[in-house]
Amino acid sequence: MTDKPLLEITDLDVTYRDRSLLGFGGRTFHAVKGANLVIRAGETLGLVGESGSGKSSIANTVLGLVPASGGSIRFGDVDLAAMKTRYPPAVRSRIQAVFQDPYSSLNASMTVEAIVTEPLRVHTAMNRAERRDRAVELLKLVSLSEEHLTRHPHQFSGGQRQRIAIASALALQPKLIVLDEPVSALDVSTQNQIINLLYERREELGIAYLLIAHDLALVHHISDRIAVMYLGHIVEEGPSDRVYRAPAHPYTKALLDAVPLLDPAAQRRRRAARKIAPAQDATRVAETGCPYRNRCPSAMARCAQHMPPAYPVEGGGTASCFLLAPDTGGETPGEAA
Amino acid sequence: MLKLIVQRLLALVPLLFIVSVLTFSFTSLLPSDPVDLIIGDAGTQEQYEMVRHRLGLDEPVHLRYLQWLGRAVQGDLGTSFFNSVSVTGAVMQRLPVTLSLTVMSAIIAIVIGVAAGVAAALRPRSWIDRFATLGATFGQAVPNFWFGLILVAIFAVNLRWFPATGFTPLTQSPWEWLRSVILPSIALGTSSSAAIARQVRSAMVGVLQQDYIRAARAQGLPFRRVIFRHALTNAMVPVVAVLSFQITVLLGGALIVEQVFAINGLGTLAIGAVRQQDIPMLQGLVLVMVALVVAVQLATDVIYGLINPKARPS
Repeated sequence: MTDKPLLEITDLDVTYRDRSLLGFGGRTFHAVKGANLVIRAGETLGLVGESGSGKSSIANTVLGLVPASGGSIRFGDVDLAAMKTRYPPAVRSRIQAVFQDPYSSLNASMTVEAIVTEPLRVHTAMNRAERRDRAVELLKLVSLSEEHLTRHPHQFSGGQRQRIAIASALALQPKLIVLDEPVSALDVSTQNQIINLLYERREELGIAYLLIAHDLALVHHISDRIAVMYLGHIVEEGPSDRVYRAPAHPYTKALLDAVPLLDPAAQRRRRAARKIAPAQDATRVAETGCPYRNRCPSAMARCAQHMPPAYPVEGGGTASCFLLAPDTGGETPGEAA
Repeated sequence: MLKLIVQRLLALVPLLFIVSVLTFSFTSLLPSDPVDLIIGDAGTQEQYEMVRHRLGLDEPVHLRYLQWLGRAVQGDLGTSFFNSVSVTGAVMQRLPVTLSLTVMSAIIAIVIGVAAGVAAALRPRSWIDRFATLGATFGQAVPNFWFGLILVAIFAVNLRWFPATGFTPLTQSPWEWLRSVILPSIALGTSSSAAIARQVRSAMVGVLQQDYIRAARAQGLPFRRVIFRHALTNAMVPVVAVLSFQITVLLGGALIVEQVFAINGLGTLAIGAVRQQDIPMLQGLVLVMVALVVAVQLATDVIYGLINPKARPS
């Protein structure tokens, strides 16, 4: 691992325009607001948050599927955000992706060989035989074998399909693989196999991962750092262990509390201790102030006035919460919502 | 795949048998008598009996059917009641005409339908999409014979780009052949192209939202490859399923459009045969049509299996 970032996202905004029926006018929807992230070579960054938090928008923007509307995404020497969705092939081949649902992310009309070798066919000058040899190598990397080459996706299980998708993503030896919820469509026993597979390939091949998931516990296992998103904002970021064991932002705490405990007594204690969060409209994006203040048990008056800046957290990383502010402004947390 | 083809061809035999029995019995149930039509009002009873005997109509219907069947399996579909020409010969002579029309209009329908459907699906709600949807509604609503007349008025009578009527065989002059089939094929293919465009559009819109399209784009594949190799092959799966139906419709429509353009195809032959109660001719025509429809269905099933691995027998 070097200190020079492989991918550096600064003040990234992603907006979608909701077209009206007649095709003009329409509202603008902010999916990502002012996001900052850094991934170093060979490092795994876990990006967690509930659905609609904007984590997939970040993935799509990094992959060049959706244009950034503001900010920058530095990848090596280039700014991906400035290129909108028109990445040159040299950049494309260095960033690959694995998506959530292996039932829909593989083209059913193609053979495994065609799927795995397609990036090679487009981005390299390899001939058919060379591509085939590489495909066999790739299948071995994901614990499949040569005999699977001529089969079609529908002849495989979900876990096997995801292995095929991973093999295809590894084909060009990318620097970065964006994993968009790579295991959430799989059953639990298969999830671990895929996570372990990803972990092992990373060690061998020195690939960096941008791992998007909604399950913090799962992400924690293979991530070096974790970033937590809520309604388009990155609310907390830091080393994996610190975020998992000592979350600083109330939303991160809530996410961790959502993971069920194995001990029923501990689960009961936690439930009793947990303040009942005010059940307000969580979907309404706060135009000013902290996006989480509607659900936050510690919300203060100032939370509604300003977006909290990213304060450093003890143990590494940052969290955007006034609870971490050196001066609390004379307020007691939880009094105002 | 070979098994499928053999199965279908075997299934064709009982189908043709049933169809021939039905046509034979229906024509026998008609109240009017072909013999009357042949000898005319002035004919005597003697002449009547003579013609009736010559055509074999004095024998019971089941015997007539069996005799016909015996010859039909040897490829002899009998002789016309009226001009004593061989039915097989007459049908085979007209078949290329109607096939030219059907194939050409199918090509037009597929090319226009797929192009319009893809263009509309790539930019939903854009002006291209709206224009295509409007065009499709128009195309499906307009009757083919009326559209044919309009085409003749504009492109044959006014602009004189194409002949207004008639047909030139492909073997005689490919260029003249093309000129003679282009207007009738457009008249015929338009409504099918509209139906196909709708199918392609909706299938394509669905496919473009699939993750494998997102995956293909993320891998940096060229736009054209994403659209044609990934999206269109999959979008064509439901389209091919309805294609055989559309081609059958075209075959039926060809019979009408032939009238508008005064083309001597199977349609003209069929109408004459119905009017004159030329039973052997009618019988032969129906059998050839059934065989064509089955062949079209077989072809689309084979294509379906090729683009959709899930439909292949494993």
